[in-house]
Amino acid sequence: MKILRDWIDKQKPKLEKGGKFHMFKSGFGAVETFLFVPNHTTRQGSHIRDYVDLKRTMTIVIVALLPALLFGMYNTGYQHYMATGQMVSFWPVFFFGFKRILPIIIVSYVVGLGIEIAAAQIRGHQVNEGYLVTGMLIPLIMPVTTPLWMIAVSVAFSVIFAKEVFGGTGMNIWNPALVARAFLFFAYPSQMSGDSVWVSLGSKTVVDGFSGATPLSQAATAALKPMAEVASNHGISYSLMDMFAGFIPGSIGETSKIAILIGAAILLLTRIGNWKIMFSTILGGLFMGFILNLIAANSYMTVPAWQHLIMGGFLFGAVFMVTDPVSGAQTSTGKWIYGFLVGLFGIMIRVVNPAYPEGMMLSILIMNMFAPLIDYYVVQSNIRRRLKRALVKS
Amino acid sequence: MSNVIKLKKGLDIPIKGEPADILENIPMPETFAIKPADFQGLVPKLRVKVGDKVKGGTALFVDKYLPEIQYVSPVSGEVVAINRGERRKILEVVVKADQDNLSEDFPKADPKELSDGDIKGELLRSGLWPAIKSRPYGIVAKPADQPKAIFISCFDSSPLAPDFDFVFKDESEAWQTGINALKKLTSGKIYLGLSVKKENIIFAKTEGVEINYFDGPHPSGNVGIQIHAILPLNKGEIVWTLQPQGVIMIGRLFLTGKYDASRIIALVGSEVKDPRYYQFWMGGCLCGLLKTKLSKQKGRVISGNVLTGTTSGSEDFLGFYDNMVSVIPEGNYYEMFGWALPGFDKYSPSRTFFSWLRSGRNKYVFNSNTHGEERAFVLTDEYDKVLPMDILPVYLLKAILVNDIEAMEQLGIYEVIEEDLALCEYVCTSKINVQSIVRKGINSMIKELG
Repeated sequence: MKILRDWIDKQKPKLEKGGKFHMFKSGFGAVETFLFVPNHTTRQGSHIRDYVDLKRTMTIVIVALLPALLFGMYNTGYQHYMATGQMVSFWPVFFFGFKRILPIIIVSYVVGLGIEIAAAQIRGHQVNEGYLVTGMLIPLIMPVTTPLWMIAVSVAFSVIFAKEVFGGTGMNIWNPALVARAFLFFAYPSQMSGDSVWVSLGSKTVVDGFSGATPLSQAATAALKPMAEVASNHGISYSLMDMFAGFIPGSIGETSKIAILIGAAILLLTRIGNWKIMFSTILGGLFMGFILNLIAANSYMTVPAWQHLIMGGFLFGAVFMVTDPVSGAQTSTGKWIYGFLVGLFGIMIRVVNPAYPEGMMLSILIMNMFAPLIDYYVVQSNIRRRLKRALVKS
Repeated sequence: MSNVIKLKKGLDIPIKGEPADILENIPMPETFAIKPADFQGLVPKLRVKVGDKVKGGTALFVDKYLPEIQYVSPVSGEVVAINRGERRKILEVVVKADQDNLSEDFPKADPKELSDGDIKGELLRSGLWPAIKSRPYGIVAKPADQPKAIFISCFDSSPLAPDFDFVFKDESEAWQTGINALKKLTSGKIYLGLSVKKENIIFAKTEGVEINYFDGPHPSGNVGIQIHAILPLNKGEIVWTLQPQGVIMIGRLFLTGKYDASRIIALVGSEVKDPRYYQFWMGGCLCGLLKTKLSKQKGRVISGNVLTGTTSGSEDFLGFYDNMVSVIPEGNYYEMFGWALPGFDKYSPSRTFFSWLRSGRNKYVFNSNTHGEERAFVLTDEYDKVLPMDILPVYLLKAILVNDIEAMEQLGIYEVIEEDLALCEYVCTSKINVQSIVRKGINSMIKELG
């Protein structure tokens, strides 16, 4: 450790302006602060500072994502062997998914961090930790069959156009991970929807009777038929338990509600995720679900409100996406409104608009755009309260 | 206890080194210094030069723009140095004490029988006027102002703060005399903020004031928080604030006719051997005390508390407003994977370290490391949890950063000074220097609006 420290200190002069390796300063700094918490001491203001920093915070979000990731790996293998009709034990199933998903994660991090480091160097900044989470979120919201080059293109698009052009972590308007997904969704729709993209088949062919459709698309398809012809459970062929536990096709990290709830527990226990937003998002989703139940114009609308929570990416979005502190509402009151509307629009788009089987992504992106407006009115009400106080007295 | 105001937001930092209720007498320090930096926004104009003989209460420098406000020597002796920093800014005027401790003579009087003009005159002449600060801005009060009220917080809730019940237990006469003098300076009331957790031996008996009780963690003892809860400050209004120490010094002046700089201080912190109270003097050099009372010789000596106190270079002098000295270890070390370790011994209000599993009674050693690099604002809600005010701190700070005077005004710049947002700075994940941003905002308000 001492040797490493000494070596780093020896390299430092070369990275300063005019040094041989100045162009690597930001990248080197990122590695250095990854290895060692710097020896900076307080010079003004409070003499003591909390131990928490952005690295710690982001690391905990990644830890919270791990259950979803690990289950995603298992489920990828599980869906593969289901589709091809083979019976295998736990580890081969897991390793099938591991082999499929690891390259996606690597591509996401290499491309994203590469751009971040380059951008930091151009600006003369330190590399920000924000992408550590984004880089993990992106693989988890993609279908497992997405070609790696598409991942690379969408990551590059989102990091450059959703984040760096606005000034980097802390300045972006939209959630960068969802921008990457939205980019793929509209640029390569055939890779992001339909029934064939959710299960990695390899060179194998599908056995009879396996559809590969997600519960969402089944429900959406059934909604087009007259109500009387729809089979039981609104046309969804999966059991509620499978949908809850996650043994269904879908984006890599979104299927297991158990894994997501473990992640939610980690975020809430460490107080990194905001419970107000999570709670109000779910409330908004349930509210819209009830309204649709009342209308009940087709079979999809009769899906019980609570059942929407275990279908598709609603819960994943509510736990990991809506809670993004940068792109969401920042005031306490704003958070309630923001979360509620995300949930409400998420279910509305999902059920009412047949062109988009999953509404959560679009709903969050729309509300990202409105979050500053919500905050604006909350701030204005605070200002008015202060003014009124002065008027009452005089 | 009638008016109890409960504040939920805030944080009591569990830091090691609380003072024991023991008072120790020590010899008087050899040198004393008055630091212009203790008084926000002051431009000093010297009244003495090196070699001049001074007494306690002799002006060392005055306010360049309000020369009637004098800043005086705490003791009698000889001016031995005027230390300057960059651009010849005066850092401190150092007085070498003779052992006579003589004071200028001021008339003894019962403030009840004096007019407000007499009282102002005596406070200005004696150099005790700077004990009165004005809100907004937390600067030394302007004698011409008419404050709508005077606020005094009778407890200090900051980390390791001295217990005022212990420190002031023998000062009840000076206290009441000081209050009587201050009563003449405002047409409004004097508001005292008391803690429900203390006995308030001398404070609860104060006559001629309105008493409110506060219950809650730090910063409930900050006078700014108390003003916000009792009588919020609006644009164009002025209130004055004092610390109990200042009231007592004013009281002593009228009782004895002498300038008396003595005060009891607490020497606290994890680097202090047996933290306790000492009979000390305002402006006194801490060198003698530190030489014998620290467990190790290396550490950061802070005049004041760990959140808002100040450090000076080689020699440390007790600040004008301070009645505590904190000593914590320096944090100038590298820690391998420090951000990733479980951190059972790293206290953090954020719960991101496992120390939250330990008992709440556990005390920790805090050092001066920033524990990370500065970043943009990312997390939300952090500041709101430790600021018991109806103010949106991040929006106020952003308004200051873009120097938007109107927005600062609307978002509450008149109601805060640095110390009120010190906890925000402590908890900040992005390591933003909140207090210097607040001061920057206050300075541009003073510049723009006067």
